[in-house]
Amino acid sequence: MKKVHLTVDGAAISVPGGASILQACRAAGKPQPTLCYLETLTPVNTCRVCLVQVTGSRTLVPSCSRIVEEGMEVATDSEPVRHTRKVVFEFLASSVDLSLVDAETREWMDFYDVDPTRYGPAAPAAPAGARDARQAGHHQVPQPGWAETVAQPAKIQDELFVRDYGKCILCYKCVEACGPDAQNTFAIQVAGRGFDARISTEFDVDLTSSACVYCGNCIGVCPTGALIFRSEYELRNAGLWDEEAQTVTRTVCSYCGVGCNLELWVQDNRIVKVTSPMDHAVTAGHLCIKGRFGYQYVQELGGPATTPIDMVLAAGREGGFVEP
Amino acid sequence: MFGAAGGTSSYEEIETTDMIVLWGSNAREAHPIFFHHLLKGVRNGAKMYAVDPRRTTSAQWADVWLGIDVGSDIALANAIGREIIVSELTDGNFIARATKGFEAYAAAVDEWTLERAEEVTGVPARFVENLAHDYATADTAQVCWTLGITEHHNGTDNVLALINLALLTGHVGRYGAGLVPIRGQNNVQGGGDMGALPNKLPGFQDVADDEIRGEFEAAWGATVPADPGLHLSLMFDAMERGEIRSLFVLGENPAQSEADATRTRRLLDGLDFLLVQDIFMTKTAEMADVVLPAAVAWAEGDGTVTSSERRVQRVRRALEPPGEAKDDLEILALLADRLGFSWGMPTAEEIWGELRGLSPMHAGMSYERLDQRGGIQWPCPDLEHPGTQFLHGDLWEDPLPREPVPFIPTEWVPPVDELTDEFPIRLTTGRRLDSYNTGVQSEGFSSPIRVGGIIEVSPEDGAALGLTEGDQVRVSSRRGAIEVPVSFDRSLRPGLAFMAIHHPDEADANLLTIDAWDPLAGTAEFKATAVGIEPVEFSG
Repeated sequence: MKKVHLTVDGAAISVPGGASILQACRAAGKPQPTLCYLETLTPVNTCRVCLVQVTGSRTLVPSCSRIVEEGMEVATDSEPVRHTRKVVFEFLASSVDLSLVDAETREWMDFYDVDPTRYGPAAPAAPAGARDARQAGHHQVPQPGWAETVAQPAKIQDELFVRDYGKCILCYKCVEACGPDAQNTFAIQVAGRGFDARISTEFDVDLTSSACVYCGNCIGVCPTGALIFRSEYELRNAGLWDEEAQTVTRTVCSYCGVGCNLELWVQDNRIVKVTSPMDHAVTAGHLCIKGRFGYQYVQELGGPATTPIDMVLAAGREGGFVEP
Repeated sequence: MFGAAGGTSSYEEIETTDMIVLWGSNAREAHPIFFHHLLKGVRNGAKMYAVDPRRTTSAQWADVWLGIDVGSDIALANAIGREIIVSELTDGNFIARATKGFEAYAAAVDEWTLERAEEVTGVPARFVENLAHDYATADTAQVCWTLGITEHHNGTDNVLALINLALLTGHVGRYGAGLVPIRGQNNVQGGGDMGALPNKLPGFQDVADDEIRGEFEAAWGATVPADPGLHLSLMFDAMERGEIRSLFVLGENPAQSEADATRTRRLLDGLDFLLVQDIFMTKTAEMADVVLPAAVAWAEGDGTVTSSERRVQRVRRALEPPGEAKDDLEILALLADRLGFSWGMPTAEEIWGELRGLSPMHAGMSYERLDQRGGIQWPCPDLEHPGTQFLHGDLWEDPLPREPVPFIPTEWVPPVDELTDEFPIRLTTGRRLDSYNTGVQSEGFSSPIRVGGIIEVSPEDGAALGLTEGDQVRVSSRRGAIEVPVSFDRSLRPGLAFMAIHHPDEADANLLTIDAWDPLAGTAEFKATAVGIEPVEFSG
C-alpha cells in the first residue's frame, strides 16, 4: 500500500494509504479518546469524542473513520477540538451513568475538565418500560432545571446477562456485533428517535423471546457496562466486585474444536466472567453461548454457599435478586 | 489426508475464498466462531452451497441448499465428480502432475449420472450440476464438513469421496482452497497429535515402523508393542468376546455417548474391573469399581490442545481444583508410581518437551513460542519455523517433491439400518447451539434458549401421524424405544426426524441408534437410524 504523508499536531508522519486518521494519530504516539470505535467493528461515527480538526475542513471530522489523505494537517488539541470533546463528554455524562467506563476514558474526561452537573441535577429515572414505549416524534417538554437522562431500571430477564440501559450511550457497538460485523443474528437495533432512541429487540420483546442466541458478543464490545454479565452485575450490587483481587487467565474453550481463546476472570477461586482476547486470530474477541457462559459446571454451586461471593452467584443463578 | 491427519486450511482462508461447500455440518450451531469466519467469506462474495438433510440454521445462509437423503453422500459426490469430468472442467495439469489413479476414478464414477444421483440422493439434478460447475470453475473453493460426513458406517469413504473432488479440481494446497474438517471437541485433533490412536505414536508416526518405535523405546526405556491396538468400537467387540476384562476410561461417558446404549451398558456391566477418571460422576462413573476425581483440564490444569486448523494452544490453570480432584497428569504419575514405575511428578511443560524431542511436527513449539504467537499451526519443525498456514502446498511444486496423491474410488452403500413399513422414518442426530454432547457440562448453566429432550419431525409427518406439537410420542427402532415430546420443524423434509444428543436422561437417542461402525475409523452410524413414531395413547 502506498504511503501517505500527513502531519499530526505539526509532527510529520507517513502511514499506509487507507489508514484512518485515528490510526495515524496512534502511530504518531498521540492516542485519542474513543467510545464507539473498536478495531474489530466497522466505524459508525456516533460518539463524536474522537473528533479532530483537519485544515481546510468546514467541520471537525471523526478520526476513527476519516481516511488519511496526502498532505493532510490534523490537529488533535486545538481549541475547537478541546471544546467540542468537553461538550460531547458533558452531554453524555449528564444524561448517562458512566460509572463503569474504563480508566482511560475517565482520564480523558479529567483531561477535558468535564463537568457532568453543568446542566443541572439529573432528572428522575423513567419507570420500567416507559422509555421503550415512547413514540418517535412524541417528545415531552423537558423539565426546566433538570438534566434529562436515560436513567431507568435495568432489564433482568435471564441468568446470563443484564441490560442496564441507564448506562447506554448508543454507541451501536452491540448492534454491530450482533449484526453484520460478527454474529449476524440481528436480535437488536436502535429504535426511536432523538433523545428517545434506545437499543431494542423487535417490538421490545423480552430477550428470551427475541432472536438473541446469547453469545454475549454485545457484552464483549460494550464500553459502558450497559450490557453486563449477570454475575458481575450481582457482585457489583453486593459490593463484592473487586478487580484488584481478580486474576485473568488465558486458556482454550472446551466446547468444540475451533480453539477459541478464553480469558477467565477469577475472584476467590470462582470464575466471575469470561471474555476473549480481541487480538486473537480465531475469535477477534467473539464467543458463543457455551464459551461465554458454559463454565458453571466447573464451579457447581449446588451445595450450601459458604462464602459471600458464592451466595451472590448462587442467588443470581436461581433468578434471585440481591438488592444493592 | 495425503499423509497428514489434519485439515488443510486456516480459518482466515475461508474469509476470502470464492466458493464454500458446507457438507454435513451445522457449524452455525456446533462451531459458531468458525461460522463467523465463514460468514465473512459469504459477505465478501463467496458462493455457498450447503449439503445437509436438514435445512439447518447454517444451510439458511447458503445460496443453494441441497437437501440430501441421509447416507447418500457418496452418490452425490460421485455424481459431482462425473459431472466435472464429462463437462471437461477438471484441472488436467494438476491431475497429471500431482495425482494418480484418475482413470480408475473416472471409470468408477461413470455410472453416477445426474439422473441416478437425483434418484438416490433426492437432490434435483440441476442443483448437483450447478454445484459441480461452480466448484470446478471457482478460483478457490473449500469443502468443509463435520460429523454429518463421518458419523456413518462408511464415514471414511465419505471423506475420500470429498477428497477426490478436490483432486479433480486442484482445490487443495493453495491459499483459500482446501479440505476442512471441523473437529467436535477441543482436542480431538490434539488427541491424534499425541498418538491417542491405535496405530500411531505421537506426531502421527506409524507404530509398525521399527526405526520410529525404536526412538520411542529408547526415550521411554520400555518396549512399545508393534501391533496396532484397538479403536473404541473394536474394544467393545473385544469386551463382547471376553478378551477385554478391565477398562480404564478417562474423560469419556460411553454409557451415554456410544450408539446402541443398551449393549454398551451390558458390556460395561460385565467387566471384571472398571476404572473411571472424570470430573463428573457420569453414568459411566456410576458403574465403575473405582472413580478417580480429576481436575478440569482447561481451567484447573496446564497443557496444550490442538484446534481444527492444527493450531496448538496452551490451556492454563486458572482455578484450584475442588476437594481431592487432581490434575490428569498427577493422577497418571501417581498411578504409575503405584504400579511400580517411578515417573516422578513431571510438569506439563516437561512432558511437552519430551514430545518435541520425539515428534518432528511439534519440535519448534516451545511453550515460550506458543505463548508469544497465540498458538502455532503444525507442522513446525524448528524454533525458527513460523508454523504452517495451509498444508500440501508442495502438490503445486514442479517437479513434484513427493509421491503423487491417489484418487481412491468409493462405492455408495446405503445406511445399514433399512427403512421399512415398521420403521419408515429416518432419524438423524446432532447438536444444538447451547448444548454439548451428553450434556454433563452444558447442563451446568441455565440457557434461555435450551429446548430439552424432544424429537423433531416435519410438519407434514406430524399431520399425517395426527400429532399436535407437544404430544408425547413413542419412537422405536430395531434396538429400543423411548417416549419423548414431539415438535414440528420446517427444516425437516417428510420422512426425516431429528434428535439432539444432549439430554440422555430425558430422551436417550442412543437407545435407538445403531452401532454399525466404520471399519477404519471405528465411528458409529449415529446419523442414520430407522425409526417408527406413534402417538402415546393416554388411558383415562
